Amino acid sequence: MQLVVNIVVLASIYALIACGYVLIYRVSRVLNLAHGELMMLGAYLLLATASLFSGHLAMALAAAALLSLLTGALVYVFLMRKMTGEMVLAAILTTVALGILIRGVVVLIWSAQQQYPAVALGVANPSLSLLGGARISIWSLALVLTNLAVYCGLFLFLNFSRWGMRMRAAGQNPLLAAQRGINLHGVYALAWSLSTLTGALAGILMALDSGLTTSMPVIGLKAFPAALVGGLDSLAGALLGALIVASAEVLLIYYVDPLLSDVVPFLVLIAMLIVRPWGLFGTREELDRV
Amino acid sequence: MFRPAPRASGYFRTDYAQDLALVQTRAERVSVVVVIFLLAGFPFLASPFALDLACQVFLASIGALSLMLLTGYRTDFARPCRADRRWRLHHWNPGARDQCTVLDHAAGFPVSGMLLGFVFGLPSLRLRGLYLAVSTLALHFVVIYLGGEYETKRGFSTGIIVEPPRLAGFKLSDGRGWYFVLLIAAALSLIVCINLLRSRSGRAWRAVHAREPVAEALGINIAGYKLLAFIISSCMTSVAGCLFAYYRGFVSIEAFDLFLSIQYVAMIIIGGMGSLLGALLGAAFVTLFPYAIEDLLGLLPDVQKLAGDIFAVNYAAFGVVMILFLVLEPLGLVGVWRRMQNYFLLWPFKHRPLAGLRK
Repeated sequence: MQLVVNIVVLASIYALIACGYVLIYRVSRVLNLAHGELMMLGAYLLLATASLFSGHLAMALAAAALLSLLTGALVYVFLMRKMTGEMVLAAILTTVALGILIRGVVVLIWSAQQQYPAVALGVANPSLSLLGGARISIWSLALVLTNLAVYCGLFLFLNFSRWGMRMRAAGQNPLLAAQRGINLHGVYALAWSLSTLTGALAGILMALDSGLTTSMPVIGLKAFPAALVGGLDSLAGALLGALIVASAEVLLIYYVDPLLSDVVPFLVLIAMLIVRPWGLFGTREELDRV
Repeated sequence: MFRPAPRASGYFRTDYAQDLALVQTRAERVSVVVVIFLLAGFPFLASPFALDLACQVFLASIGALSLMLLTGYRTDFARPCRADRRWRLHHWNPGARDQCTVLDHAAGFPVSGMLLGFVFGLPSLRLRGLYLAVSTLALHFVVIYLGGEYETKRGFSTGIIVEPPRLAGFKLSDGRGWYFVLLIAAALSLIVCINLLRSRSGRAWRAVHAREPVAEALGINIAGYKLLAFIISSCMTSVAGCLFAYYRGFVSIEAFDLFLSIQYVAMIIIGGMGSLLGALLGAAFVTLFPYAIEDLLGLLPDVQKLAGDIFAVNYAAFGVVMILFLVLEPLGLVGVWRRMQNYFLLWPFKHRPLAGLRK
């Protein structure tokens, strides 16, 4: 039972991070390898707001979320916008460079030591008992619920809201979308800020659960296979991919070797690339378009 | 992408031997001799620290050249091929080998490098572009894991100590000896790269790079040449890795993280994609960059406060430089170099004639 809970929690973490990769890739065909770092930045922003509004959990959370929305938009406006029209790989490398920059800056500002935003905010992290003797910490539960809410929200947003439809249009065919009067830069900036927000949410909840170090981007990178297994342009795929990757990881750690934890997602990724490179729900022509 | 260097006017090649010569005009001959003298004289004048820097630059150049071979001229962008380098180092057991000569190792290493290159190259037959880069990224983590397992299972918890190599009774341990060994290795790999790229294989790679179906229609064995690029490149990389292990005398898993791969990619970007000169310039730039930053920080007033964060400063500055090159100068240092060359060649005019001074 505890295994199932672990799988669900890990899958939620991966899914919440992976939807950031998917959003950006789907809209602008850029693979954002700085996603893990942006996630970490979101968590550190919570640390900053926590000291600002100490004791007010909701306000600190809202402020951190707003700041990360803003960060995403700024990243697009000041950096990625310059890379439109360049080679796709140049854009990806720019995100890698951005990731390095963020890591350095974060260590400079907040130091590389482990931090506990939960302590700064004065919130506890009790664990709840579930059926069958399994336990789950309250922030992990919050993470699972947030993940569900985010996916429902994104589904509704992409399918029914005006901006969501514009986003899908821009992803399908940027030229036609621009011809129809869609503000592409606006759409891309929105995609970047949404993806940073979801990443930051994942980072914040993980930091509240188990503390915050500068090694967090590794988790962001490990979530990438989840996005690719499901198909880089499919949100539902990301959910399923996260479940597959997380169960493979948890089961192999439990039954084979704990040291495997860093490798399993990538083994799954390699297997997927060999069998079905475009992912479970991805579009097949993606491969040639890149 | 592949341009002959600009030449003075009035130089025409009249037979094939002239066309094939690496050093063609008198000015080139003179500059080659001057460079050789400078490089040979350097270790006798420089401090041990500068010598160490030079050695690092040479090591990085070999790696960057091999990566350039793979990325600049081949179809795709394969990123962390660096991983195979580290694997190489763990692959072997230093305990019983102190009497072995360098030659022994040198014969053994590239073979396993080739095998690994073959494995890394296999995905390239099915994937391309982004997906290929991702597959090498994934393989990087797998190889790191295998290396770590190897290290712990053999009982080396933090790393492996490597004895200094012996060659015919001569023990290579001082900086000056290493300088010449590495200089020769780097020069050899440069020559190998130049010749590979202008021979049959290089033309085939360029054809595959330009357009795969057309290359195939021309009778080029695409799968074979893709694998060949991976194999040659990782073979060179593993040579660099072995030299690195010997040079440092210590190998550990921590030295070969993802950041190292990124650094090598950065060398290529900063140097300039698709140019061997760029690989050399980029290798020098990226290797010397942290030391330059450290020196610059020394000029600031409150150094003590930053001393603990020097690593983070390096990280951030490195990110900034990489972004600046990607955004402002996609052609890299080579682009800057070419512009300067053009300025002097074309003076007093500003622009090249439309038909082209060179194609």
